[in-house]
Amino acid sequence: MKTIAASYAEAIADIQDGATLMVGGFGLVGIPENLITALVEKGVKDLTIISNNCGVDDFGLGLLLRNKQIRTIIASYVGENKEFERQALSGEITVKLIPQGTLAEKIRAGGAGIPAFYTPAGVGTPIAANRETRVFDGKEYLLEESLTADFSLILASKADRMGNLVYNKTAMNFNPIMAAAGRMTIAEAEEIVEAGTLSPGTIQTPGIYVQRLIAGRQTKRVEKRTVRA
Amino acid sequence: MITNMDHTKLSVRERIARRAEREIKDGFYVNLGIGIPTLVANYLAADKQVVLQSENGLLGIGPYPAEDELDPDLINAGKETITAAQGAAYFHSAESFGMIRGGHIDLAILGGMEVSGEGDLANWMIPGKMVKGMGGAMDLVHGAKRIVVVMDHVNKDSQPKILRACSLPLTGKRVVNRIITDRAVIDVTPDGLRLVEVASGYTVEAIKACTEAELLVAEDVVLDAF
Repeated sequence: MKTIAASYAEAIADIQDGATLMVGGFGLVGIPENLITALVEKGVKDLTIISNNCGVDDFGLGLLLRNKQIRTIIASYVGENKEFERQALSGEITVKLIPQGTLAEKIRAGGAGIPAFYTPAGVGTPIAANRETRVFDGKEYLLEESLTADFSLILASKADRMGNLVYNKTAMNFNPIMAAAGRMTIAEAEEIVEAGTLSPGTIQTPGIYVQRLIAGRQTKRVEKRTVRA
Repeated sequence: MITNMDHTKLSVRERIARRAEREIKDGFYVNLGIGIPTLVANYLAADKQVVLQSENGLLGIGPYPAEDELDPDLINAGKETITAAQGAAYFHSAESFGMIRGGHIDLAILGGMEVSGEGDLANWMIPGKMVKGMGGAMDLVHGAKRIVVVMDHVNKDSQPKILRACSLPLTGKRVVNRIITDRAVIDVTPDGLRLVEVASGYTVEAIKACTEAELLVAEDVVLDAF
């Protein structure tokens, strides 16, 4: 049985200044909303954040940004955020942009004990400048090192007491691979159920990757509402 | 209010999207980029069975939701709310790019800022302007079996976007197979760029005049093609 934190403050109590955090989500979908808010309230700073995006000005990781708690962000796309742009251009934060597939694989590899791998993405572009490449079967590949984190903050739709997780639709995104790549993975779940409730065959993240649980309601703000008539 | 200019702009995007639809064959797995590529889905012929991949973890993009079926947890790579088609599958981001890099996607249709005569693509950053990131574009250009770039033939200042060499930082080197613009369809071949179709209202000479890179003209070049 995993620890269920009594409060969000307790769930993130051991996250200190300068920590490296992976935070799940694509855009605003699948982000652990309440854990992010708890980080804002705690005020930890100089964080290195590994996440596909950086929220919007007033929601998600954008809140940490606004509060100047982020030192370095590692992401694939950071549009839709004016405060981000301001801090990046003024040098207040360090930005490392990585192709999305490379970012995902760096995280997957980190959780799977693979220190580095070769990928074609980025070869011949500015991101490959002065970096190690190697030719396999006549094609050039770029060496990429894996990523791990002190903490991974992820969102699941359901968790059981063993830490097994399932996700809702495209809210899965980076969450399962980040769960495995965090030394301490804190899963915020919309619902926590008793062990045995979830069918073993439907588990998307086995509980071995999850150290701490907390249940939380999500606002699920919609970034671009597109509907048909 | 819709001005005349908006109408013209809209019809240009539509013209490109309609022509790009013809690249999609029955049974294809296809990734559509953000912008004009996304519009291509609106013109998909009903008799083609096509599975659209969304790199945030969905195989089988459906239409936009009706108001009462909107799910905030279901979006495409452009972060728009969508639905899942019959027979869709969800997966995580590493799996998504595994299927992209692994050569399982038949076709990717992407937007472009510049394409070179050798098929280099630039579509992710303009030096001096804010860099927002490459997203999945650098992975896609190396993974999909075929890369089609859709874009306006010239930029806002009427300057060519198909160049001898890209001036902007590259997304990928020698990755583009075909370019579809509002004016022409051009293939990237080992011998260079080959003009294969000319849109209504343009001539071969007019296309050459607004293309900086050297253009070979296919013997069977189709005029008035779309």
